[in-house]
Amino acid sequence: MTDWERASAARVIPPARPRKLAKVPFVELADGRMQGVVSSGSDIGRVYVSSVAAGSYAFACSTNNNRPCGGARGSFCNHINALISEAVLQYGAERVARYLRVEAADEEPSAHSITVGMSAARPLQGETTAAASVFSRFLRHLAYLELAPSTEPLPEMQWFPPTRAVA
Amino acid sequence: MVPANPGGGLMRADPLTEPVEGLDEALAAVDAFDEVLVVGLLRPRPSQAAGLTRLADAVAGTPLAARAGEAAEKAAAGSAGEEHLVALAAARAALLGSVHDALRARVQEATGRSLAEETFPQRSGQQGANLLAAARTWLSDLARCGWQGIDHEVVSSAAQVVSAMLPDPALRRLAMLLDGFSAELAASCPGASLERVPVRRWADLWSRAMLLTVPGAIEAPSAGTVDGRLLPLGVDVQEHATAVQAQVHAVLEPGDGAPPRLVRAAVSAPKPDTVVGAGLWQLLRPHMALLTALGEGRAMQLTDMPVTAEGDLLWSDEHAGVGDAADAFATARVVLPTAVDAASAPLDRHPTGIAVPVFLEGYAVEKDGEGLTFGVAGHVLAVDTDRVPAAGPLTPEAVAASSACIGLLRWDAGAFTLQPLAVEKTVRKKAVALHAGGWAGGTTDKAGVKAEKAATAAVAVLRERAGRLLRK
Repeated sequence: MTDWERASAARVIPPARPRKLAKVPFVELADGRMQGVVSSGSDIGRVYVSSVAAGSYAFACSTNNNRPCGGARGSFCNHINALISEAVLQYGAERVARYLRVEAADEEPSAHSITVGMSAARPLQGETTAAASVFSRFLRHLAYLELAPSTEPLPEMQWFPPTRAVA
Repeated sequence: MVPANPGGGLMRADPLTEPVEGLDEALAAVDAFDEVLVVGLLRPRPSQAAGLTRLADAVAGTPLAARAGEAAEKAAAGSAGEEHLVALAAARAALLGSVHDALRARVQEATGRSLAEETFPQRSGQQGANLLAAARTWLSDLARCGWQGIDHEVVSSAAQVVSAMLPDPALRRLAMLLDGFSAELAASCPGASLERVPVRRWADLWSRAMLLTVPGAIEAPSAGTVDGRLLPLGVDVQEHATAVQAQVHAVLEPGDGAPPRLVRAAVSAPKPDTVVGAGLWQLLRPHMALLTALGEGRAMQLTDMPVTAEGDLLWSDEHAGVGDAADAFATARVVLPTAVDAASAPLDRHPTGIAVPVFLEGYAVEKDGEGLTFGVAGHVLAVDTDRVPAAGPLTPEAVAASSACIGLLRWDAGAFTLQPLAVEKTVRKKAVALHAGGWAGGTTDKAGVKAEKAATAAVAVLRERAGRLLRK
């Protein structure tokens, strides 16, 4: 076994990088998709739930009340473009490209190359059926702020050291 | 006061580098079991049966012998029930407990300090039995799939259990473990395409979680209260995507004149994954005045502060008052060598739980590829600068240029390492101290202020979104 394989405190996921959350309060790489929530530019009470599937790049965008996004017809809308940019800020372009299975020709992956690479494959518009589950994952994520801190010791956190390495 | 080791409490390094008898054999049995979890227990192969037997044989001379033997047999036949999996987790934990004890004895030799003798109170076991059972079912499913067999479906079923457990303070400890563990598994799906597996780590997390599902295992009961002057040495930060804990290591000078003792005080919180860096301090700061005292270089005066048998203060600001100035390096030089170390709770006897405050000076800094080592009396000690949190004034460069260091002795992947908590370095012929937790209470540092502002803005956005969307 390598040292990493026999290390109890092996680092498995790089920590998220800080980013501004106003436009895209939530983005994640989960359930085989890049998915998240984009704030509406015109209505503070409205958000768009957007996603792109890994491999097929099938995309979907609708409001939290399940109205389809007018921009996502035939190609990526601005919400999805914003989602890609913020995912790259949070996770690093390499991890996003690997997760979505986007092959960059001969350049370092970037938000631009990932967007162009996926659009070139002429992806199909997917079902918005996942929107409800993405939105509920976002609400679950927000609910973490409502949980009270505690001063009871958590010995298991010893397995989770910080790391200075970036994604 | 006379330090236990002559030379200003300097540490001996030879006990940390010499081989520990029996260690390789114990870890080989642990590895044999851990390989079983890589493939999973659904359809066990002969090699897995051998791994299970090896674990059971290693505890043959202990009270676990009969149960571990039976569990290994059932698991090898592909018919292990949850109680058998708990027994296997217990056998593995017992082996690592013995490794912990041997390593801990070496640490005490190195520091020349003594270890407190404690009796640990009986636990009552009254937390939510249904949720514990649900967690155990999920962990059992994982063991059957094996790390190479995990997929989104099996991993994501942890989310419900975690969401239900998090609000209950009695279950928070297991919830935060499961949350961090399942996030790693989710990011590694599908297991079939994993290039490498963190074999020891995932088996550690799995077996610890399994043991915490046994009713009564989670409690950390108070074993009394303490009074006296609390002298902080430094702060250790631990985090995963959705949790953070800051643990202050300190020396308590008891008010009754008893010898000084090492204690810890922790504050933790669940968090959204986008709250990072300085945002972690902002989340924790309002709940423990000790973080501010630490940042300002002050002692605190404790009155009737509850404490566990393992030396964890169950912190509450109403039992603590701000004290006078206290320099961590003066504490480390003068008081630390005379302090008594806290004992580990039975369940926490694992090498990863070793985090023992030490003070070093007069070492030779060497660059070792990407890493850093300190030469101490002819022995080489690796320095784990990766554990120094990014949101603070202490940097790997400062550690490399340091002349004195307060750190935590840890052990992982076969070797002791030193995690720096604070260093002294000479700037224009004056000793300057830099603390990993220097920003814990806030900062006027330019980079720090910027990081604090960004973190404040991020949390404000999330709170605004939560206020508008959460209760509709």
